[in-house]
Amino acid sequence: MKRLIISAAAAIITLHAGAAVAAEGKEISARDWSFSGVFGTFDRAALQRGFQVYREICAGCHSLRLIAFRNLADLGYGEEEIKAFAAEYTVVDGPNDEGEMFERAAIPSDRFPSPFPNDKAAAAANNGAVPPDLSLIAKARKGGPDYLHAFLIGYEEPPEGVELLEGTSYNGYFPGGQVAMPQPFFGDDVEYGDGTAATAEQLAADVSNFLMWAAEPNLEERIRMGRGVIIFLLVFTALLYAAKRKVWADLH
Amino acid sequence: MSDGKANNPLVRMVGGTIKWIEYRLPIFSFIDHAVGRGYPSPRNLSYWWNFGSLAGLALVIMIMTGIMLAMQYTPHVDYAFDSVERIMRDVNYGWLLRYLHTNGGSFFFIVVYIHVFRGLYYGSYKEPRELLWILGVALLVLMMMGAFTGYVLPWGQMSYWAATVITNLFSAIPLVGDWIVTWLWGGFAVDNPTLNRFYALHYLIPFVIVGVVLLHIWALHRFGSNNPLGIDTKGPQDTIPFHPYYTAKDAYGVGVFLLLFTAVVFFAPNLMAEPENYIPANPLVTPAHIVPEWYFLPYYAILRSVTFDIWFLSAKLIGVLLMFGSVLILFVIPWLDRSPVRSAKFRPIYKQFFWILLADCVVLGWVGANPAEPPYLYFGQAATAYYFFHFLILLPLLSFFERPRPLPSSISEPVLKGGGTPAGAAAKPMEKAR
Repeated sequence: MKRLIISAAAAIITLHAGAAVAAEGKEISARDWSFSGVFGTFDRAALQRGFQVYREICAGCHSLRLIAFRNLADLGYGEEEIKAFAAEYTVVDGPNDEGEMFERAAIPSDRFPSPFPNDKAAAAANNGAVPPDLSLIAKARKGGPDYLHAFLIGYEEPPEGVELLEGTSYNGYFPGGQVAMPQPFFGDDVEYGDGTAATAEQLAADVSNFLMWAAEPNLEERIRMGRGVIIFLLVFTALLYAAKRKVWADLH
Repeated sequence: MSDGKANNPLVRMVGGTIKWIEYRLPIFSFIDHAVGRGYPSPRNLSYWWNFGSLAGLALVIMIMTGIMLAMQYTPHVDYAFDSVERIMRDVNYGWLLRYLHTNGGSFFFIVVYIHVFRGLYYGSYKEPRELLWILGVALLVLMMMGAFTGYVLPWGQMSYWAATVITNLFSAIPLVGDWIVTWLWGGFAVDNPTLNRFYALHYLIPFVIVGVVLLHIWALHRFGSNNPLGIDTKGPQDTIPFHPYYTAKDAYGVGVFLLLFTAVVFFAPNLMAEPENYIPANPLVTPAHIVPEWYFLPYYAILRSVTFDIWFLSAKLIGVLLMFGSVLILFVIPWLDRSPVRSAKFRPIYKQFFWILLADCVVLGWVGANPAEPPYLYFGQAATAYYFFHFLILLPLLSFFERPRPLPSSISEPVLKGGGTPAGAAAKPMEKAR
């Protein structure tokens, strides 16, 4: 019975994997993230570095519209630091008592303002392609953070015979190979406060960490609760099994 | 009850209250006859019989988490996606409710599919349980409607395009097809009215399911459970009271189910989810591969397997008819399979074909997950043809040409006579099934 349930689960996973292989783009290798596995936690230092990468590089084009500044507390920032981050941004508020919309500095309860007022403006400024919002990107692509990491450092010369459209770059991990986003990281694109060497590899890993947090901010709580639930159910199920054996003993 | 207990005033009071209620509303004897000592069940039910109660549990989990999600969800095209993300991020334990609900749907289908195949293997659909089976197939159809309408609600890319593809199927109906599609949409495209009505239906369907479940259980209790031997119970020596034997066994099954379910919910909540659905719906961008949830993949493969017109029937219409037919055909299985023997244990040829059918369904699922192009297309066509061959040709023919093995004269026979084996040996097969 258990074996059958396991094989049923295996069948689902196989089906799932089959679907993933069918997607275009190069094979992605699985990285060992701090948040993978049943004891996974976010690496706070990596999250903060990743946030810095987002702020200084990605945010020029990509919105993060589902995240509020207050959420940055998860990254280990204090209240004052979060207020300072928020104050760097300007948001439109209103209408005030005179009926006018006005601009003010962002506060922790505001969400990250988007770099473009709307999709049309974003497309116009980016050669016709809208840069996707990054709030859920780590869950919205097959391969998740592994894909993001591979993609961000996967830029290369187009293979022989591939004629790139104007304004596109070649990236083997992107379905179709031609991507409107130019290569983001070359190494030393930001200066990390903690002295970590800002190689392109490091930048990609850090920002993938940050984006996984952005997509799944409750990951740590979920995994922690899951461990407790599983331990409880193991004991509880063992008791139920013992009870079943005892009840059925007089029949056998 | 010991004398000490009988003299306890509290116990006496509770007992008196129960008697008072029972006299006016015999609900305690009703429960007793439904799942208590008053419901005799075959003594040889294996663990394959756990999946009915597990399906009931899954239904309860879905309704409870669903109602709480409904309190936070906004069924509007402009707000639906963000309201789901608000549940995931800002509502207390909203992420838990939603992951329980989305994965609960998958696990509901897992236990129900096992339940259905158990019925097919042991001939649970045969006389006198035809209506019980038909009500079960009706439940499967209702579940599919519930799953489909629910999948549309988060208003992600896959939600939107699944709704578009599936509702468009009805346009294949000659003459009135386009009119029906407009009527389903409540407009001229999948839009806010579509989302609103899907939400209304998604809230309604589970309660219709509850109603049909009650009928399903009512019909079950008329003749009791079928059993692995597929022969009728012939007296008290063949049965044991449902409580405590099967309540204890079902409870253990619940524990195992919850272990597997929570393992996925807490450690791989997006295992069975489509990444594309974390992108908000965009009517102007079609996803590269539109794929349904895993539990619909076999039907999707059947739908896409027809690539040729036959006479005045378009390929699309034939595909649609075959897809709906693949489920509807289950309704008439009791009359396609005329063999008087229920259990595949005593049907040597049917037993082989049962496993081939199961493999066929897995192949269909695999094809459904892949693009509709060669070589998958050819596998899909062969598997579709075999699916209908099994039910329409094989089952009726087997009824006449298969020579079943001799049936035991009663369920308790091996226990009481034993054929020289010790009584304990009779318990072995059941224990092995674990």
